[in-house]
Amino acid sequence: MNINVKILRFDPEKDRKQHWETYQVEASPGDRVLDVINHVKWYIDPSLTFRRSCAHGICGSDAMLINGRNRLACKTLLQDVVKDGGTITAEPIRGLKVEKDLLVDMEPFFDAYRSIMPYFINDNPAPAAERLQSPEDAERMDHGSNCILCACCTTSCPIFWVNGSYIGPAAIVQAHRFIFDTRDAATQQRLNVMNQNTGVWRCRTAYNCTEACPRDIPITQLIEEVKRAVMYQQA
Amino acid sequence: MTIRARTMQDAKQQSHTNAELNWWIFMRISGLILIFLVLGHIYMTFVQVSESDATFDAVVNKLANPAWKFYDWLLLTLAMLHGVNGARYSIDDYVRSRPNRAWVRNTFFTVVAMIFVLGTVGLFSFNPY
Repeated sequence: MNINVKILRFDPEKDRKQHWETYQVEASPGDRVLDVINHVKWYIDPSLTFRRSCAHGICGSDAMLINGRNRLACKTLLQDVVKDGGTITAEPIRGLKVEKDLLVDMEPFFDAYRSIMPYFINDNPAPAAERLQSPEDAERMDHGSNCILCACCTTSCPIFWVNGSYIGPAAIVQAHRFIFDTRDAATQQRLNVMNQNTGVWRCRTAYNCTEACPRDIPITQLIEEVKRAVMYQQA
Repeated sequence: MTIRARTMQDAKQQSHTNAELNWWIFMRISGLILIFLVLGHIYMTFVQVSESDATFDAVVNKLANPAWKFYDWLLLTLAMLHGVNGARYSIDDYVRSRPNRAWVRNTFFTVVAMIFVLGTVGLFSFNPY
């Protein structure tokens, strides 16, 4: 099938603001959006800039706004977003500074990620074997540990767009993963970070994050669980 | 609480308060109470009383009862606090520049405080005879 690929381009050396460019691409319905974007870069305009790495929905590099919704380009099939002769749009994810074309500055996102101490903390001497956990306890962090840090959720959040000081859903999901890990000992510190006014209380449950997540994490639910955990900790 | 931190670094250094937590709990509880207060008020003012009886004198009689005064005052207080906090959320989320946020919030809070004081004074000094 023939489709039009409309990409929001921006070159900081030439452009003063973003502008749309359309490319005609021949593709099959089973191709992924990443394939057509690769095609544009490899055969039509090599200056097109975007991130991608594993191309299999695991590294989380190629999050972009495809047809108005945050998705991973490598996990979106053309047949799900466009018909023959139709148009797909690709824009950089919102709320972060665009550096070039579809490439954004991810630093504020990872700043928020670092602030929740995203690593295992337990000063007790490690046992000879593993630190064991019951299957039920492990289930508590099933969703949280699925996160690939693609930023689809955080950059779909209206509060994050408007007020850059919100820590964002992705960081809260990561915090949830450690807060509800029975082996981790720094729950208190992480809940304190969550209790700051840049933390969970800025979530207005818009549910954009849950809809955007390519890993089907029920993000809003996890945020509410963290809110409750903060409440019981302070009670 | 105003958002003072501009970066995550600032945010980390901020002292912890439970203000936002308490407001969050307050919003849930006051919202629940308000549903019953408002529906009860509508019922007692417009359904229980027939149209011909809904006169100025009826209101005067009602407000002679301290329980009614308290009911109305509770409605006023909770509605004002619940509403003003909800609007504060919106202002914090949507007014981006700090100077603008400051004056929008302050003007808004002042107006609400005036309405609250007027309502309270009006309610408790109400004495037509």
